[in-house]
Amino acid sequence: MAKKNKNGSNDAIFNRKFEPLIYLIPFALGLVIFTLYPVVNVVIMSFKEGYRLSGAFTGVGFGNFTKVLGDKNFMTAIKNTFIYVFTVVPISTVLSVLIANLLNKKIKGIAFFHTAFFLPLVTSSIAVGLVFKYMFNRDIGVINTIITLFGGKPIDWLGAIAGTGPYNLAAVIIFGIWNIMPFTIILLLSGLQNIDPLYYTAAEVDGANSSTIFRRITVPLLMPTIFLTMIVNLISCFKVYNEVIPFWRGEAGVTGRNLYTMVYYIKEQFYTNRQLGRAAAASIILFLIIFVFTMLQRWIQSKVDN
Amino acid sequence: MRVKIEHLTKRFDDAVAVDDFNMTFEDGELVALLGPSGCGKSTTLNMLSGILPVSEGHIYFDDDDVTNVPPQNRGVGLVFQNYALYPHMTVLENICFPLEIKKVPKEERIKKATEMAKLVQIDKYLDRKPKALSGGQQQRVAIARALVKTPRLLLLDEPLSNLDARLRLEMREEIRRIQQETGVTTIFVTHDQEEAMSISDKIVLMKDGHLQQVSDAQTLYDDPHNEFVASFLGNPPINKLYGYIKDGNFVLEDGSATVKVNNPNVKEGQTVVLGIRPEATQLNDKEHDLTAVIKQRYTMGKEELAFVNVGNQTIRVYLSSDYQYAVGDTVYIKLRQKGSFLFDRETGARI
Ligand SMILES: Nc1ncnc2c1ncn2[C@@H]1O[C@H](COP(=O)(O)OP(=O)(O)OP(=O)(O)O)[C@@H](O)[C@H]1O
Ligand SMILES: [Mg+2]
Repeated sequence: MAKKNKNGSNDAIFNRKFEPLIYLIPFALGLVIFTLYPVVNVVIMSFKEGYRLSGAFTGVGFGNFTKVLGDKNFMTAIKNTFIYVFTVVPISTVLSVLIANLLNKKIKGIAFFHTAFFLPLVTSSIAVGLVFKYMFNRDIGVINTIITLFGGKPIDWLGAIAGTGPYNLAAVIIFGIWNIMPFTIILLLSGLQNIDPLYYTAAEVDGANSSTIFRRITVPLLMPTIFLTMIVNLISCFKVYNEVIPFWRGEAGVTGRNLYTMVYYIKEQFYTNRQLGRAAAASIILFLIIFVFTMLQRWIQSKVDN
Repeated sequence: MRVKIEHLTKRFDDAVAVDDFNMTFEDGELVALLGPSGCGKSTTLNMLSGILPVSEGHIYFDDDDVTNVPPQNRGVGLVFQNYALYPHMTVLENICFPLEIKKVPKEERIKKATEMAKLVQIDKYLDRKPKALSGGQQQRVAIARALVKTPRLLLLDEPLSNLDARLRLEMREEIRRIQQETGVTTIFVTHDQEEAMSISDKIVLMKDGHLQQVSDAQTLYDDPHNEFVASFLGNPPINKLYGYIKDGNFVLEDGSATVKVNNPNVKEGQTVVLGIRPEATQLNDKEHDLTAVIKQRYTMGKEELAFVNVGNQTIRVYLSSDYQYAVGDTVYIKLRQKGSFLFDRETGARI
């Protein structure tokens, strides 16, 4: 009797421990094949010099890294990517917080604005990019029309002056901000809806007006969500690629080189130049940069929290 | 500041939370708003603070009609039922917040806030966030935050409900003391009759959004306007005997007993309720109004009480200690004039 009992309970423990693992196998298998294996392989590839798709390589070492870091185009890519990240993320965050705060108010017809702001989420950024291409048009684009309406000079957003295209990056940044905001607003809106409206009421009784309430109550209570969106956006902006594609027929920038981004560089090394090892090395560098900034941001957040 | 409310009414969709409330709170008075849960106490308070728009009626602060003045401009201190301390600010920052809005210089506001924190005995925790405080400590921070801006009107929504019995007593006296020191007109919501009686100059008793009676605690107890007031106050609660009026006297429903009532207002045949406070009964062998049989005895504190049957109805009486009573004994009850009330059975109004 006692023995049977003991066996029975052992079986139960076994089941409780290992049964969930069985359910996890399909997912875990997918993860290993499609995520883990490529990641490990990229790391290995980055150290194989002269790597070919056939698997042949000429040497092992840091050659790919020194080549990539010595490449003028890669430096342009890093510069552009950094400018893009450090304009798009802060500007889109600030705008999104303001808009989310407005959308959180109970106003008549707010549903229309909700739809309007979330529309970009369900559209392809390439398709919208083509629309933006016409909006940025020097002569007939709506953006220049507005600028001239306010007495400004039309800007050659997508074209080149002496082969540099000084406004190309600005156009991409504007498009990038527009593209990233709906998702950011949705996250912030859900964060706002988690704030107990009682705090606003209490602040009103304490004498605060709406701008003080926004500054001293809403934003601090929304901080965790703001940090979350900033980290998510930081990562996605470092991977900027889709946004540079639609304006110049698949080229990055009007002169083909001036809007190099890191992902664009990786793609070109891989598909155009067939430098698989260098593409892998550039990917690792991109990963390290994102990793460092994410850690930095988390560290700042923990400082802010205390 | 004197606060006057006229025909104050609040409707939520179809429900009426406060119905035609008229009342004047005199300058410097501490008034308790008393009533069972859901009777509209918080709603009334929220309309006074301005965070809830009124459906009908007017609110006057002294001679100013503030009915449509936003809460920011009313100069009211409010302690919420669930504190509503700002979770991202420390205790000190919470207390400082109303002063910060008034643009009081930083040093001065820290000094004032610290003084206020001392007053409510929370100065040990100035650097803590609210979530690291107990319910009682949070409540005291909320009181300090409401008081620090020296409001014209202080509103407290059940501020002591989360404290243990001893601290509740202390804080109750503390609130009374602070109120008397500052002389601020104060409205204090509670559903605890004892708290209301011990703290306030005046009690406003509410039920289902209707004002029942306004008076000091003793009058409320000794001279209730209706059956609800009589039964809401008192522990042990008032006894009720149901019956009707015959030949100017009270006759028990089943006709088994008659009680003489000297009340010129009764109408022949009127169905009534005879309310008898337990302490208004006297077990007396010679002269008596009712004959009863002891059904069950129990003790409450030092007192001995008994449930006794009068006809087929049951009431509670005090037993005197100098006589040994046993279950099944017949006792003769004399009713004192004070503490016995007649109410109309239909309307509940005092006759
Ligand atoms: N926002 C609202 N919408 C609809 N009905 C409400 C709302 N707020 C309060 N009520 C109703 O109004 C009535 C009075 O509510 P109120 O909060 O004033 O009661 P209270 O006396 O403070 O009760 P308690 O002692 O439980 O706090 C209740 O019946 C309640 O259900
Ligand atoms: Mg309430």
